[in-house]
Amino acid sequence: MWAMTVKEFRQLRRDHRTFAMMIVLPVLMLVIFGYAANFTVSKISTVVVGPQAMTVAAQLKAPFRVVETDPKLGISTAKSRLLNGRAEAAFIAEPGTTQVLMDGTQLFSTETAEAALGRMAQAARASGTASPLSFSILYNPRLNTSWVLVPGLAGLILVFIGTLITSLGVVRERQSGTLEQLAVMPLRPWDVIAGKIVPYFIVASLDLIVIIAVGILLFGVPFVGNVAVFALGAVFFLLVTLGMGVLISTISQNQGQAIQLAFMVMLPQILLSGLIFPISSMAVGVRWISYILPLTYFIDISRGVMLKGMSIAALLEPMVLLAILAIVVLALAMLRFRRDLAPSSRRYQSAMAETRVTA
Amino acid sequence: MNWGIESATVRYGSQVALDGLTLQPERGSVTVVIGGDGAGKSTCLKALVGLIPLNGGTACRPSKKEIGYVPATGGVYPDLTVYENLAFSGRSYGIKGSAFEKRRAKVLELIGLRDVRERLAGHLSGGMQRKLAVGLALLHQPQLLVLDEPTTGLDPLSRAELWRVISHTAAQGAAVVLSTTYVNEAQRASLVILLSEGRSIAAGSPSQIIAGVPGKVGRVKSERQPPGLAWRRGGIWHTWDLSKGTPGEADRIEPDFNDAVIIAELSHEIGITR
Repeated sequence: MWAMTVKEFRQLRRDHRTFAMMIVLPVLMLVIFGYAANFTVSKISTVVVGPQAMTVAAQLKAPFRVVETDPKLGISTAKSRLLNGRAEAAFIAEPGTTQVLMDGTQLFSTETAEAALGRMAQAARASGTASPLSFSILYNPRLNTSWVLVPGLAGLILVFIGTLITSLGVVRERQSGTLEQLAVMPLRPWDVIAGKIVPYFIVASLDLIVIIAVGILLFGVPFVGNVAVFALGAVFFLLVTLGMGVLISTISQNQGQAIQLAFMVMLPQILLSGLIFPISSMAVGVRWISYILPLTYFIDISRGVMLKGMSIAALLEPMVLLAILAIVVLALAMLRFRRDLAPSSRRYQSAMAETRVTA
Repeated sequence: MNWGIESATVRYGSQVALDGLTLQPERGSVTVVIGGDGAGKSTCLKALVGLIPLNGGTACRPSKKEIGYVPATGGVYPDLTVYENLAFSGRSYGIKGSAFEKRRAKVLELIGLRDVRERLAGHLSGGMQRKLAVGLALLHQPQLLVLDEPTTGLDPLSRAELWRVISHTAAQGAAVVLSTTYVNEAQRASLVILLSEGRSIAAGSPSQIIAGVPGKVGRVKSERQPPGLAWRRGGIWHTWDLSKGTPGEADRIEPDFNDAVIIAELSHEIGITR
């Protein structure tokens, strides 16, 4: 048995990536996810409008954080702020009555707000200054968890297919010795990458349609927005995840390494993308990670389109960021891939350049 | 300029894998690179087809459409059938329609895999897989065909069949370069390059290499190894003597190609440059 143990340790030491995964990763994950895993909402961004806005805004205490107060604006502005995600709660302060609107896609914020309003009303009744308050939830009035989860889960499943399965693609070629053959064929790196991505792109697109259809049929999730806007976001998102798969594949020597890396990319997306824990509740130190994850933006788009019916103009920011991520990831994958596919042409050209200089 | 590499040097970190090697294969003939494990054979072939950048020297190769290459590690898709493998190669080289069908039939005939064309490549025997790999590299009728140890690990019959394909390809006018560890295979080539530690220690046609053997070669019938430089050939010993007199108690013989290869290795080892 001792011989086996020593051999196993030696092999483990050779595979630096696995070794690092076993020691560094658990600590890192614990720290990051410990700070991220937070269901408690301490701040709810709030707009206050209506003639009595100043008075009501002055009375609002935590968790409500007033980001905008304007007595001249009315209910339509309040709704558009909620629609565009600028605020999670809106108070429309009329003389004698106050209407509160909540964004039902923000489950935890809405629940926290409901509890806070209950406490405020109780305190007001006790001091005899109660004023009538009406409370309504938009987009997800019954606060169905599945309504919020399905659009996000659709993205998560695409991450699984896109990143994990694609990541094995180039590695398989490397291991079976066919990558060298590809390198001598008259194929450009772009041909090979695109050729590898297209089949997965088609399969993943079909998958997405099935997931959304099942979500609608089985869980009654609404789809109030424009399908084309959703599709555009999905295309950008798919390009990022598939490109990530290829990138992982090009920097891994074997399938084991590729799977490890794919998981390192997927885990943060599950926990930090806002799929489960609200991003606004995360510690600032880890929140920036959320903003480099493609799933974060896809969730913005899918929830925005399906539940709120957001327009492409309102979703411009996540769309553009996803497109930029797609370009960056695909460009990196291609640069890495060139090293495998066209190593000599580059060097040969530079050698030619050198001889020209000396001559 | 002919295709090939000239004074090519390749380094992996601090290790020199190829040291000023010149290899210029000729059209219509077979060039064999022979050497032990780690002599630099694969590196040499990869440099020739452009898979490895040179650290020194020059390379001249035809366009990628004119190159066929079979890596030592296989080069077939095990989860595709023989037909599907050929179809992929055909498409990659832009061979379509009836031209493709004609080429495919010819290649299948040549490599003798017509009866297993619907079988998964991964389910073929080792020899058949090698033949398929060579067939894939031949499909687009390359002018330069480079094969990395195509016959290693194959039974004598499969080796003979592969050599038939190789000779046929050269006879059609292509420059064929292959590496091997088998001395008797090298004898079939019109140009042999003997590699050791990334350097060419003998080069030329087999008869030129035999003619270039310095000193005298003798044979001794003995159970024990005779003194000096000697190696076993079946039941007898062959000796090599660089001095002017007759080689001890040995009968002088004409060296064959096997002896010439061993002597080249020995002279490299003891530091005689020719």
